[in-house]
Amino acid sequence: MAAPEFDIPEIKDDIEVPKLREGAMSHVKSFPAARPAQEFLGYPGELADDWKERALGKMGDLLGKYRSLKVFLDACVHCGACTDKCHYYLGTSDPNNMPVARQELMRKVYRRYFTTAGKLFPGLVGAKELTRETLDEWYNYYYQCSECRRCSVFCPYGIDTAEITMAGREILDHVGIGQKYTNEILGKVIKIGNNLGLPGPALEDTLLGLEEDIEADTGVPVKMPLDVKGAEVLLITPSADFFSEPHVESLIGYAKVFHAAGTSWTLSSVASEAGNFGLFQANYEMMRKVAMRIRDAALELGVKRIVVGECGHAWRVAYSFWNTLTGIGYGADDPFSIELQKQLDHNYPQPQHICELTNDLIKSGRIKVDPSANDDLVVTFHDSCNVARASRMGDTPGGQFDIPREVIKAVVNNFHDMADGTIREATFCCGGGGGLLTDDLMEVRVKGALPRATALTNVVKEHQVNFLALICAICKAQFTKVLPKYGFDMSMVGGVHQLVSKAIKLD
Amino acid sequence: MVYAGLFYVATLVLVVGLAYKIFDYSRTPAPLKIPTTPAPTTKPGVVYRMGKEVVLFESLFKSNKWIWLFGWLFHMGLFLVLARHLRYFTEPVWFWVDIVQPFGKYASIMMVAGLAGLFARRFLVDRVRYISTPSDYLMLLLLIGIGLSGMMMTFVVHTDIVALKAFFMGLMYFDVQPLPQDPILLVHLALVALLMLIFPLSKLLHAPGVFFSPTRNQADNPREHRHVAAWAARLDQNN
Repeated sequence: MAAPEFDIPEIKDDIEVPKLREGAMSHVKSFPAARPAQEFLGYPGELADDWKERALGKMGDLLGKYRSLKVFLDACVHCGACTDKCHYYLGTSDPNNMPVARQELMRKVYRRYFTTAGKLFPGLVGAKELTRETLDEWYNYYYQCSECRRCSVFCPYGIDTAEITMAGREILDHVGIGQKYTNEILGKVIKIGNNLGLPGPALEDTLLGLEEDIEADTGVPVKMPLDVKGAEVLLITPSADFFSEPHVESLIGYAKVFHAAGTSWTLSSVASEAGNFGLFQANYEMMRKVAMRIRDAALELGVKRIVVGECGHAWRVAYSFWNTLTGIGYGADDPFSIELQKQLDHNYPQPQHICELTNDLIKSGRIKVDPSANDDLVVTFHDSCNVARASRMGDTPGGQFDIPREVIKAVVNNFHDMADGTIREATFCCGGGGGLLTDDLMEVRVKGALPRATALTNVVKEHQVNFLALICAICKAQFTKVLPKYGFDMSMVGGVHQLVSKAIKLD
Repeated sequence: MVYAGLFYVATLVLVVGLAYKIFDYSRTPAPLKIPTTPAPTTKPGVVYRMGKEVVLFESLFKSNKWIWLFGWLFHMGLFLVLARHLRYFTEPVWFWVDIVQPFGKYASIMMVAGLAGLFARRFLVDRVRYISTPSDYLMLLLLIGIGLSGMMMTFVVHTDIVALKAFFMGLMYFDVQPLPQDPILLVHLALVALLMLIFPLSKLLHAPGVFFSPTRNQADNPREHRHVAAWAARLDQNN
């Protein structure tokens, strides 16, 4: 089913804050999940009669489990600092895409049922009854948020709309309103092991084919091992790396890095997915279930290190949550985690990002690169939102900005950053993150990419940039689809390890 | 006497309400590490980050210079004014309160100017107008009312400050004394009591809230330390 037609926003000289247009995006609704997808995840197949009790019950449950939700719903003073920070507001002018207004969709219900002021004076404090229409609004606008956390950087209390969006989606799931895209993918990763639903034998075939391609191309027998017990490194990468362009070029890059460094490594057929769409709902148990595959694979294969490929939200889950969810990391004293933590090599961070690994190898001279191999390119780098604002690389804060840039600068000679205020912690989301990377949300995706496309246009004009380097599978898929609408060639998009792949010297 | 009762009730609501909220925030777990990065990796680093946030409004400064200017003027003005007011509750007056006294008098101008700026933004900026509720305007008017009535007494029509101090010292020692019956003073005190009453029930909870905000008060060290909430740890036992 094709999404309805819409106007592509015009790129201006600078990112402009639009006048608000109420209801501008109220027609956009992601396809809802069908009954089997819902029920497989343990959610109701459709809206039941007692939906209101269920919704409020779930909300109370989440308020008791997540301090973030409780504090964030109380603390907002409507100062307006976030109102011009969301790429979806900048691209659509719909006031409900201002972070505070998106939060307010839930906050007014919270006030009505969970606060004294809202129970006594609902009109005064903007408290509202929970109605069927409220649920529709939630479904509309909590699926127009990519959970990128840009608003949380600028909020004086650090209110993170992502936490509220996640809670909103979780409540919707629990009353029987799920999103087709996210919930079907969660089903696939739980049933089969990856988001693409790619079974083990197909994966094996693909990897063999890639090995042949690399050997034909370079004359070097670079391997892509699968399920090898006793390998040093287990590589967990988004399944898009196995099949999609330009993702696969980065997978080839990782393989070449391991080959050149002489490090034994393996992929896993059961943990063949770095992505964890459990993050996109507030569902801790779901996220944990998806992450447990990786712990199980690490124990089964007996690996010493766990390395994560280029994927933004996956790196957030891996870096920030794996230790909590599954004990992949250090510093545990509980029996659940100690077994795995003893197995891991304490000379390396666990988990480690592929950019951290490659950067260390380049810096220490264990792999050699020739940046002139990329002399046809003028490169810029897009900080992926989850990497930038919800994780780290290296030992010092901000390493998540510097390490990918160090890798890029080692393998290319021409690099230019986009404008300040659009990179590093202030980076704009690609527009397709957080469970929005689906064709039925194309209008949101295209319009949400406007701020990034504007910054890119400027660096292209000024420095003739012809390559946008990325470290996220969702960014890669989103930009190849959406940047052409703004007049860019989709081949200008690719991974950081696609650049490494071209520059690395193999023996 | 009405005002004595009013202030006992208001103080009780403020103290018990805030204590309950703080207890409620601290007992609610934060099951995941969610600091907005780049974030400090150590506890002292977190204290430094929080300090900059609370004293300088660092994130707001990054965000919007106008809101920052008005917000900071108001809060710093309010802080100095409150510090100055300690002279009505202490005997002998602490030495640093005497030092603050002249600054505190003029800080009221900062405070009201900041509030006026914030009020103007509420109806001048379309985005802020859209998100404003009636209580947002009323709360600013309440604070402006407190500021202006206080300034009237500081700069225009003085009240009997000795008798006022006797009234509040009396309240503190449960020995109620008469309150001077100046209309401006009565308005000022009624508005203050109202503010104390709504504080723990309203968005004014941003004051304790900021200290409990997980995106600001967590250290960025999830790879080095396993962080597990009690309800989440129970899941591990099933494996």
